[in-house]
Amino acid sequence: MAGKTLYDKLWDTHLVRENPDGSALLYIDRHLLHEVTSPQAFEGLRLAGRKPWRIDANLATADHNVPTTSVERQGGIAAIADPVSRIQVQTLDDNCAQYGILEYQMNDRRQGIVHVIGPEQGATLPGMTLVCGDSHTSTHGAFGALAHGIGTSEVEHVLATQCLIAQKMQNLLVRIEGELAPGVTAKDMVLAVIGRIGTAGGTGHALEFAGSAVRSLSMEGRMTLCNMAIEAGARVGLIAVDGQTIEYVRGRPLAPTGALWEQAVASWQQLHSDADAHFDKVVEIAAAEIKPQVSWGTSPEMVLPIDGRIPDPDAERDPRRRESIVRALEYMGLRAHQPVTEIRLDRVFIGSCTNSRIEDLRAAAAIARGRKVAASVKQALVVPGSMPVKEQAEREGLDRIFRDAGFEWREPGCSMCLAMNADRLEAGEHCASTSNRNFEGRQGAGGRTHLVSPAMAAAAAVTGHFVDVRTLEATS
Amino acid sequence: MKAFVRHEGLVAPLDRANVDTDQIIPKQFLKSIRRTGFGANLFDEWRYLDAGEPGQDCTQRPLNPDFVLNQARYQGASILLARENFGCGSSREHAPWALEEYGFRAIIAPSFADIFFNNCFKNGLLPIILEGNIVNDLFEEALASPGYRLTIDLERQQVLRRDGGELPFTVDAFRKHCLLHGLDEIGLTLEHAAEISAFEQRHRQTHPWLFRSESASG
Ligand code: SF4
Repeated sequence: MAGKTLYDKLWDTHLVRENPDGSALLYIDRHLLHEVTSPQAFEGLRLAGRKPWRIDANLATADHNVPTTSVERQGGIAAIADPVSRIQVQTLDDNCAQYGILEYQMNDRRQGIVHVIGPEQGATLPGMTLVCGDSHTSTHGAFGALAHGIGTSEVEHVLATQCLIAQKMQNLLVRIEGELAPGVTAKDMVLAVIGRIGTAGGTGHALEFAGSAVRSLSMEGRMTLCNMAIEAGARVGLIAVDGQTIEYVRGRPLAPTGALWEQAVASWQQLHSDADAHFDKVVEIAAAEIKPQVSWGTSPEMVLPIDGRIPDPDAERDPRRRESIVRALEYMGLRAHQPVTEIRLDRVFIGSCTNSRIEDLRAAAAIARGRKVAASVKQALVVPGSMPVKEQAEREGLDRIFRDAGFEWREPGCSMCLAMNADRLEAGEHCASTSNRNFEGRQGAGGRTHLVSPAMAAAAAVTGHFVDVRTLEATS
Repeated sequence: MKAFVRHEGLVAPLDRANVDTDQIIPKQFLKSIRRTGFGANLFDEWRYLDAGEPGQDCTQRPLNPDFVLNQARYQGASILLARENFGCGSSREHAPWALEEYGFRAIIAPSFADIFFNNCFKNGLLPIILEGNIVNDLFEEALASPGYRLTIDLERQQVLRRDGGELPFTVDAFRKHCLLHGLDEIGLTLEHAAEISAFEQRHRQTHPWLFRSESASG
């Protein structure tokens, strides 16, 4: 019999029951909550007269629409200018207080984007099942955890039963072998993967990233990779546990200690796909061929290497693809054959659960150091992923580097990734963004998003247009 | 949840691939803490000519005459015909809430994004996957004949054309059961509460570090 994939192992360990019709009940170890997708779930629970099944499995934080300016933040919830955001943040506090759920409130020292704080606090552990009402929950799969986004009805279901009704997915392996060229990052890697397999390439699959290039990534790089599995259509991204995973988790506030730690580590060592495991689909990519990437269109699969040119719809034979290229060119205000390096930026956003961790900020700061944001760029924002990331960056003086270069240094939150707070694009503006979605209107109605790595975003900020970061020297 | 057994309705064709949930219900409308009130903002950026804000009276807003749902012939549509990868992007359940509240009961497409597909079933909305060339045919028929209607028979898992032609579709047995009877999934799961507790106890023994009250900090 063939061995098991990592996904198979995680599934089997959490299977409560299988129904004759093929659906299953899966036990959920960790449930992360935030202010946007939880209020209706708590409401539903109350209306049905139900109680949360296991309080200590839940952890909440406010991130999606908290303000990121320090003035607004200092005033607490009452100072949130947008009345509707204020109600949501308040409702989360009230719900967590009512049920006794641990919450890192807006101004808590542990607050941050839900997918940054889980790993940071050790609330995300290898071998777990972890869900959250947010599609980028795939991030946590970097720890060899079975993690995915759920809808609000499922948030309520998990609160009430500690289980999820699930269908087993298929196994997809993306193997990236070899060494990345200098200046090429996990973000470029995942954009290249999406460019290759498409935004629906992983639909119905758990996507495991493997290969020497993946193993050489830091945990933060691995999180960037898994974060965007959902942009390839895969709800679940996964990476096998290795020594790095364990070292990252060691000593985190919520991580086990003492004998329990030893026991956990022994179990985590099994968290990899067996050598003879069967994958339904395998994609191979050579790391050395990946260049810094820039998305040009309105879907993450519309991506090009920095030396590329905007595609010509007339060269596309499939009529519907042609149509979508035409539409994307029109929305993005771009012409066929234009070099990517000609795209000029109005704003730059460094942040989001994809790229707002300390290594991301270091990479961006290395480019920003001693340079100035181009005069043509109206705004360049750096929004750390969490309070601890912000403090760490300030200890290292990164905030100074950014400020001296003309970037704004903000408080942690989702910010311009989805523009639910005041940080957003105006119609027609081009933005170099380290986030994960370039859909129409994602960063503000009519806004034009280009997805890039933190170093590429910083390089675009200081030159005013896209440029191969490898031609700019990092100054350290 | 509303039960879904058999539904006959007007078909509206939305000829666009990769329609994401940001498009279905733009983020500014997610700030509500209620489950209702999203229907008026369904496809807001395509449907209206101005920029929508939450809490606005949408009946006063200028409609985009080019948008398919605004055309007279599609008023009252309850079956949405769509293209590949419908519902991709954010996991927001506000998307099926908005579609359902607008009046849709079913969506037919060659493929759906996973989370959206799953969310539909929780809200009495039936997503139906049909092959690409069949969906193409349906698009052509819907565009060619005003007042084009289809019937969906969930019990028999068939889409019925007016000429009597039948298009079979597959649906997971559990989801079908819940939809046919309008069942509350949480209630169904809680029928297995004893089994969940027993699993939890074993899991606590084999994976004690996953239970915080017994690990490092409380
Ligand atoms: S940073 Fe963006 S993608 Fe990540 S959780 Fe927040 S809104 Fe979602």
